[in-house]
Parts: sequence; structure tokens; C-alpha cells
Amino acid sequence: MLEIRNLHASVDGNAILKGIDLEVKAGEVHAVMGPNGSGKSTLAQVLAGHPAYEVTAGEVYYQGRDLLAMEPEERAQAGVFLAFQYPVEIPGVSNAYFLRSAYNELRKARGQEEVDPLDFLQVMEDRLKLVDMEDTMLNRSVNAGFSGGEKKRNEILQMAVLQPTLAILDETDSGLDIDALRVVAHGVNQLKRPDNATIVVTHYQRLLNYIVPDRVHVLAGGRIVKSGGKDLALELEAKGYDWVTGAAA
Amino acid sequence: MTQPYLADFETFSSNGGGAGPDWLPPVRRAALARFAALGFPTPRNEDWHFTSVAAIAESEFHPLPVSSGDVKPEDLAPFLFGRGDWPTFVFVNGRYAPELSAADNLPLGVRVMHLARAWRDAPDVLERHLSKIATFDEHSFTALNTAFMSDGTLVHVAKDVQADAPIHILHVVDPIAARVVMHPRHLLVVDRQASARVIESYVSLGNARYFTNAVTEIALGEGAHLAHYKIQRESQRAFHVGTTEVRQPRDSKYASFSFATGAALSRTNIYTTLEGEGAEVWMNGLYMVDGEQHVDHQTRIEHAAPNCASHEVYKGILGGASHGVFNGKVFVRPIAQKTDGKQENNNLLLSDKARIDTKPQLEIFADDVKCTHGATVGKLDALSLFYMKSRGLPAEVARRLLIYAFAADVLERLEVAEVRDALEDLTLARFTRMDEGAETAESAESAGAIRV
Ligand SMILES: Nc1ncnc2c1ncn2[C@@H]1O[C@H](COP(=O)(O)OP(=O)(O)O)[C@@H](O)[C@H]1O
Ligand SMILES: [Mg+2]
Repeated sequence: MLEIRNLHASVDGNAILKGIDLEVKAGEVHAVMGPNGSGKSTLAQVLAGHPAYEVTAGEVYYQGRDLLAMEPEERAQAGVFLAFQYPVEIPGVSNAYFLRSAYNELRKARGQEEVDPLDFLQVMEDRLKLVDMEDTMLNRSVNAGFSGGEKKRNEILQMAVLQPTLAILDETDSGLDIDALRVVAHGVNQLKRPDNATIVVTHYQRLLNYIVPDRVHVLAGGRIVKSGGKDLALELEAKGYDWVTGAAA
Repeated sequence: MTQPYLADFETFSSNGGGAGPDWLPPVRRAALARFAALGFPTPRNEDWHFTSVAAIAESEFHPLPVSSGDVKPEDLAPFLFGRGDWPTFVFVNGRYAPELSAADNLPLGVRVMHLARAWRDAPDVLERHLSKIATFDEHSFTALNTAFMSDGTLVHVAKDVQADAPIHILHVVDPIAARVVMHPRHLLVVDRQASARVIESYVSLGNARYFTNAVTEIALGEGAHLAHYKIQRESQRAFHVGTTEVRQPRDSKYASFSFATGAALSRTNIYTTLEGEGAEVWMNGLYMVDGEQHVDHQTRIEHAAPNCASHEVYKGILGGASHGVFNGKVFVRPIAQKTDGKQENNNLLLSDKARIDTKPQLEIFADDVKCTHGATVGKLDALSLFYMKSRGLPAEVARRLLIYAFAADVLERLEVAEVRDALEDLTLARFTRMDEGAETAESAESAGAIRV
């Protein structure tokens, strides 16, 4: 589904990603771990198409298509979804309007009919339950004035509405208490299907107790320095990042 | 420069000069003399520092001597907010058009009439207020309007009457009105404890180059409440100067909204004086221009009594190589203790060539007051655009939504839902051109609002 080859990226002329290779197959969950500043969010943002990041070398294929040649909205319409580490506040645009617009753009891209506001409310009902959110939040502006936890849940709500093929969750666990963490993990697990895939970016092992990865990768200094099965996460937790980053040096 | 107006005034006078009571001709003469003495304002005049009216002064515009125009009722439909049932007074090319107007469904105690009839039927009200609220000593455009005023509306709401249905004063200019000058003059009188809503629209059916020079005077009684919306959608080649002046006695409430999106050059003045304790004013506005347009607002809120409040929010969206000006004056006189004054002006620049001069001006001569003001100038936030696109919204949709979002909170302040909905639609549809969007995406990289 996703194939990243020798990906290099820089921001403001500073090289951040220095040769990433990663393959994700349908049905898989991959965890990307690593210390702060190792380039995890950069990788996530590059995959989503953030314009500030410049890809200086390498290639990325998504379902056989050249992902880097696609606009961010084309990537989304093709089923790529990034849950932002820092979701953006958009005062003045209601969550309901935003979600419905996004939902309809995706439907249009797939040649399906748009849904009207009333039908959309029906769609929303069980998606809201999935992330344990009140429908009153639909009338609030996108993320504006949301608590940290609400923002993260809102990202998962968007994911639940858009039902991506490739979901990238960037530190969706950080700042969540254990109950919220369970809700988020439950949401992600419910949305898992054999034909989609998830990349879970996290700093801590904690989330991986709830979302069990098939593969774990450790990112350090812009490179994947170690990959392994789900036990690698536990090993990292016990030994600390120095264990692998030291090995990288 | 002023000469063609002086010559036209002689023709106007000898043709009956709009008729009227005996006190009127001397007022007209005095106003004309004042206009001749003042001339058109130049940028040396502090109030016109950022707006040159040379294009008006150097063009020749003439009044239409007779009614003209070929406007059909169906042409008006787009401008009626879907409410053809509201009392509507229509002016075509500056002249009252009774056949297009409908004012038979007025509630008891509400009088709406053409100025020509008001000279006869409501002479006392006119004599008491007209040219007494909007004085012309220092304002040459008001002086010019006063000399020529003959088409306009008197709205008079008697005490205690609640006139809920908005009264719509609609100015339409058709495509043939090239080089025409119009001097609409309106007087809105809302007596003690009465309330009313008045919409003043200036719209164009074509792309003619003409000049609207409007003046509206507003006299409120104690405890009266007026919502007053001015909607300026003139032709992109037109010139528009409009002045509204208000007097607010004790406990009166005045809620003003100025929506300005048309004209090559527009200048809107809105002035109020809070003369009695407990008076309150809301002055809000939204201006949206692009291309080579120039849009200027000057507001003045004079706190002349204690315990009054003023709330002002103006937002501007500027694309292309347009130029916006906002000058908001708030004066707090020594007597005006316990004044509560808030003023804000926020601007969104959609291109690197667009420009805004914003000048909030707070002058406080009382010591026990609570006043704040601020201005911001920003660009579309690149991160917000990316966020929306990452959810599948096309760049153009994301951009429009973000522009709309910028304006949303000021539009929400409109209390008449039909007007609010219409202006929201106009806002969503205003900036749809991708050429400007491309430019924006680049320039918005270093996004974020700057405080000035
Ligand atoms: N927009 C940016 N401008 C400059 N430096 C950046 C920017 N984004 C990230 N970086 C730098 O890139 C490195 C990797 O950051 P990031 O990808 O956010 O790491 P992580 O998500 O693993 O904590 C850090 O050193 C960070 O300072
Ligand atoms: Mg990060």
C-alpha cells in the first residue's frame, strides 16, 4: 500500500529526514517511535503534503501512485489521512460544516453522490459515539477553544467520518489521560479493516498496549535505526532510546 | 472642479430646485457656497489623508433632470433578501420610482414617504432635523448633497411603536446612468421608546461610471432603538461617498452595519454622538474589495454623556491591488465618565499588492472610563489551508471557507436573519478567483496575524 524509498526532506534548508525506507502493507499497523526531534512529525507531514517541507530525494508510492506528485487534497481524496500532532484551530467554520464538506469532497472524488445536512447528521450519530463525543461539538468551530484531549478526539472523529485507507496518527496519545487514550484506541481499532493500514507515531510505548502494531520502527536523526516486532516497543520502554540511538552513532 | 456643480445648481434652482418650504432655498444656497469655498477635500486634509478624491473632482458628473431608466420589478429580486413583502422604497438612478416601491403594508404609527411629499406632509419633522444633524460647515460632500437634495426618504416611527419589519431603501443604478451624480438624502426619525430597522442599499445593474453622494440623518428619541444596515454594492466603476450622522439621547440604542464591496472608490462616514446617559451604539462593518478598488470607512463615536457604551468591530478583506482605509475615532469628553468603549479593526490581505491603512484613534478626556482598541493585519493562514486540504477540501474551497470564517463573527452580529444570510452568501462568493489564490499560497507561507 505504501512504499517509502530513501526519503530525504528538509525544512528551511535544514535536512531533517535523511533516507527513510519503509513499506506498509494493507491490514498492517506500524508504529514509528523515536525521541523528540527525531523527525517523526516531519515524516508524517511529508506524507500528508505539507508545503513547508521540501523533499530533496527519494520517492513514495501509495497504491502504486506517486504520492509526492499529488496535492494534499488529492492524497486525502485517495484515502490518506493524517491525525495532526497539533490540530489546527479554525474559528468561524463549524465542525459540522467542515466535516460535511470534507465527507462530500471525498464522495465526489469517488463518484458518489453528496449527502445533505440532514442525512449527514445520521452519518455522524454513530461516529460521535465511537469517540464518545457530544453532538453539541458539531456546532462549535473546528478545534477552536478545544482542550488538548478534545482536539485529539476530534481528529479521530474526522478519521471515523472519512474512513481513510492509510491513517497516520501523529502522537494522538500525547496529552491524553488513560480514559481518553482508551477511547481513542478503541476508535482506531474499530476502524481497522483488512484493506486499510495505520501508522501510529508515538513517543511512548503506552498507546501500543491498546493498538497493537505488527511492526515497530525507531526513528533517530532522520533515519530508521531499528525495526522489529511489537516486542521492540517494550524493549525500548525498558532500555530507553539511548539504547538504539547509541547504536546508530 | 467645483464649477460644473455650481452651473448645474443654477439650472436646478431655475427648474424649481426640488421645491420645498421657504426655509429651504437659503439653506441650499448656503450649502452651495460652503461647497464652493471648501472645494473637494485633498490629502492635506487629515480626514482624507489616505483617500484621494481626485478621480471624482476631475470627472464631470451631472444630475438627471428627469426620471429615467428601464428597471423592471424582476431586476430588483436579487437585492430584496427574498422579502419583497418588506416596505421597500426604490430609487432608480437617484430618482424616486413609485411604480417599483411598495409601502402600503406599514404598521400604524410608521410613516415612510418620499422627500418631495414630506416637504408638504411632514414639514415640521424636516425643519426640526434636516441639515441640523449632518451639518455641512466642515464637510464639502455633505454641503454638496444639501444644495441638491430632492430625492430621498423620510422614515418616521411614532413613539412606542415597534416596527419589526425592516424598511428597505433601495438605490438602483442601471447601465445607462453614465456620468450621473445622485444626492440621496434620507431622514430617519425614531421617537421615544419606538424601534425600527432600516436597510439602505446601493446597488448597480451594470457597470456604469457614476457618482453617489448620499447623506442620511438619524434622530432617535429617548429609549429608541434603530438597527441600520448600509449595503454598498455599487458598480466597480462607480464612486460612492456616503455620510450617516446620528444623535443619540438617553437610553437610545443604535446598531449600525456597513457592508461595502462595490465601487471603484468608496468612502463611508458614520458619526454618532451619545448625548444622553445610557445611550449605546454598535458600529460594525465588513468591507471586501479587490482589483483596483479603494474602500474607506471613517467612523466617529462621540461620548458626550456619562454611562454610555460603544462597541465597534470592522473587518476588511482585501485582494488584488486594492486599498482599504479604516479610521475609527472615539472621543470621550470630560463629562463622559464610566464610558465603556471597545473598538477593533481586523484586516485580511489576500495578496501582496493589497494594502490597508488602519488608524484607530482614541481620545479620552475623562478619567474613569474603560476603553480598548486594536487593529490587526494578517494573511490567510497557510497552516489552516493545509489542514483543510489534508481533509480533502480543494484549495479553492479551503480558501473561500477561510475567508468566510474570517468575516463570520462580524456577520453574526446582524440581527435580521435574511440580511445576515444574504451577506454571508455574498461573502462566500466574493473571492472565487484562482489567480489571486495562487499568489496567496506563496505569500501566506509566513502566515499569522500581525498586530500593528
Ligand atoms: N517548521 C520547521 N522549521 C524548522 N525546523 C523544524 C520545523 N519542523 C521541524 N523542525 C525540526 O526538525 C526536527 C524534527 O522535528 P519533528 O519532525 O517535529 O520531530 P518529532 O516529531 O520526532 O519530535 C527538529 O529538530 C525540529 O526542530
Ligand atoms: Mg512530533
